[in-house]
Amino acid sequence: MKQATRISPVAHVTRALRSPVAFSVLAGVVIGALFLIGTGADPVAAYGAVLSGSLGADGIGSTLTTLTSVLGLALALAVPLRAGLINLGGDGQMVLGGMAAAVTGLYSPLPAPLTVVLALLAGMAAGAGYAALAALCENRFGVPLLVSSLLLSYPAASFASYLARYPLKEPGSSLPQTRQLPDGVALPAFGSSTVTVGLLLVVVAAAAYWFTDRRTAFGYEIRMTGLNSRFAAYAGVERKGLTLRLMAVSGALAGLVGAIGVLSFPYRFLDGSLTASGYTWTGLTAALLAAAAPVGTVLASFFFAVLQVGGLSMERTTEVPRELTQVLQAIVIVFLAARLRFPQWWFNRRKEAV
Amino acid sequence: MFFDSDLLMSALRALTPILLAALGGAICERAGVFNIGLEGMMLMGCFTAVATSWFTGSPWLGVLAAALASAAYSLILAVGAVTLRADAVVLGIALNLLAVGLTSFLLRTVFGVQGTFDDPSLAGLSLVGGFSPLAYLAWAAVGVAALMLSRHVWGLRLRGVGEAPDAAATLGVSPVRYQYGAVLVSGVLCGLAGAQLALGNVTLFSENMTAGRGWIAVVAVMLGRALPLGVLLAALLFGLAEAAGFRLQGLGLPQQATDAAPYVVTLGALFLTTARRRRRTPSTSSTSSPSSTSPSAGAVT
Repeated sequence: MKQATRISPVAHVTRALRSPVAFSVLAGVVIGALFLIGTGADPVAAYGAVLSGSLGADGIGSTLTTLTSVLGLALALAVPLRAGLINLGGDGQMVLGGMAAAVTGLYSPLPAPLTVVLALLAGMAAGAGYAALAALCENRFGVPLLVSSLLLSYPAASFASYLARYPLKEPGSSLPQTRQLPDGVALPAFGSSTVTVGLLLVVVAAAAYWFTDRRTAFGYEIRMTGLNSRFAAYAGVERKGLTLRLMAVSGALAGLVGAIGVLSFPYRFLDGSLTASGYTWTGLTAALLAAAAPVGTVLASFFFAVLQVGGLSMERTTEVPRELTQVLQAIVIVFLAARLRFPQWWFNRRKEAV
Repeated sequence: MFFDSDLLMSALRALTPILLAALGGAICERAGVFNIGLEGMMLMGCFTAVATSWFTGSPWLGVLAAALASAAYSLILAVGAVTLRADAVVLGIALNLLAVGLTSFLLRTVFGVQGTFDDPSLAGLSLVGGFSPLAYLAWAAVGVAALMLSRHVWGLRLRGVGEAPDAAATLGVSPVRYQYGAVLVSGVLCGLAGAQLALGNVTLFSENMTAGRGWIAVVAVMLGRALPLGVLLAALLFGLAEAAGFRLQGLGLPQQATDAAPYVVTLGALFLTTARRRRRTPSTSSTSSPSSTSPSAGAVT
């Protein structure tokens, strides 16, 4: 939250360090180091490998590709979270979005560039519609959103898996995948990298979220609902409509990530490939870490993309399994939920020492 | 015939892990702690059971270790949600994530394999009358929990703590102690559920092998209104859906349809019960479960 009073830069830094976020991240890093020592690895070398592997020339492309998915899903979960709603159905919404984009890409009679746009829109529409279904479950039937969105996710994944294995399966292939999209039906990539225009789309979405959150009445309504839903209701925010709209936006973003995944390499719907990396949970973790604030969500997504990609190079150089990075993510959130922070005396003492 | 005794038997086998975990969730719910970390606690139980059984050669030590490990794991929720008053929903989600990461990490560091640990010399639980002993324990636990909650002074105090913690404290009942107890009991039951899943239903450990069963257990708590007998019925419904799914698969239905069946059936049952409950009590806008209130704004400041 922006403070009305002006504060000095030093106080600003102190406050940032004193926030539970800083404490949680540091605690995660320290506990991760203990794990590394426990497995006989050198923590400095391992963390060094994480950074050099993800931010170095070889890894940055991979990090930005991962960031596309992580940030997209983090935004998808941040939008409802800002109002205190948790959408756990990101996997299902993303997979349906990917499938809708694949079907559109394969069967659209339009020229390739228009087909790409249509496929992106189809992916967003599929995700939005499915997420709206979860919102309807809460509004109409009183099934908590947390549960309805999650339970709906499984049949969606099964349905897409069925389509990829039977009616839409590539003839003659041993893999559960659709045919490759026609030539030109793909998101343009930057140079020879794997980074596509998809990253730009997600960044634009983040900017739009920032603008809505900071500058519009709708964003204000969302934030007020998150801070105090009863007060917001009293002030005239219509809760059911808000839930429906937020979930539709959330699902559209998740569907967009699925569509981007299909319109990038390998240019087809491959069963399980969208969900295998657990982007939904990483995205949720990033959104929680940032408390759904727009800028924070971008930073947290970047942090986790670095961890995820760097984990692979850590595994190569130190033979510590990359799953450690998943452990780190969860530890950060455990500490954050407990809202632990550095005590005030810790800072006072340092000031005296200086 | 489609509905025969075989179907019922496989339904009863499928429901055991859900039932154990859901009973734990119900006890937490009654004590006023919303526990959606059941999935993670079960998964920790699965891994501990398999690892202990493999190293000691005794599946029973595996069961014991799973109960202890999950109880220790559940302490994170107890300390966080009860002592530090953190958001139980966020903590539960984090516990589920942590369990997936931690068990995959340990699978690779301890056994050096990725994906699945499946060794012929791994000892599973022996069956007694077609069921693992943990299945009988689960049924007995339903009766014990029902009697405790309705008759015994501990159960009454537990409910008091869940419904009116301040009033309970005034009467000299420590809410903190009862809530810690409830969370630890849920940890033990989830550990047993995990042991049943990894050493009873099958004899192996694979990454994320709980595959949403902990979430089904959370739903079973809601469906059964946190009553032990209600939870039993809800778990039975899930077991029947899973067993019927397998049966239909044998009749030529694709696996994806049967995979989805338990979730669809559970969701359908949730619709029917909450809609009916709402009609009966139109004045209250929310259901009896605290989960229906959105996660507190504390997470979103």
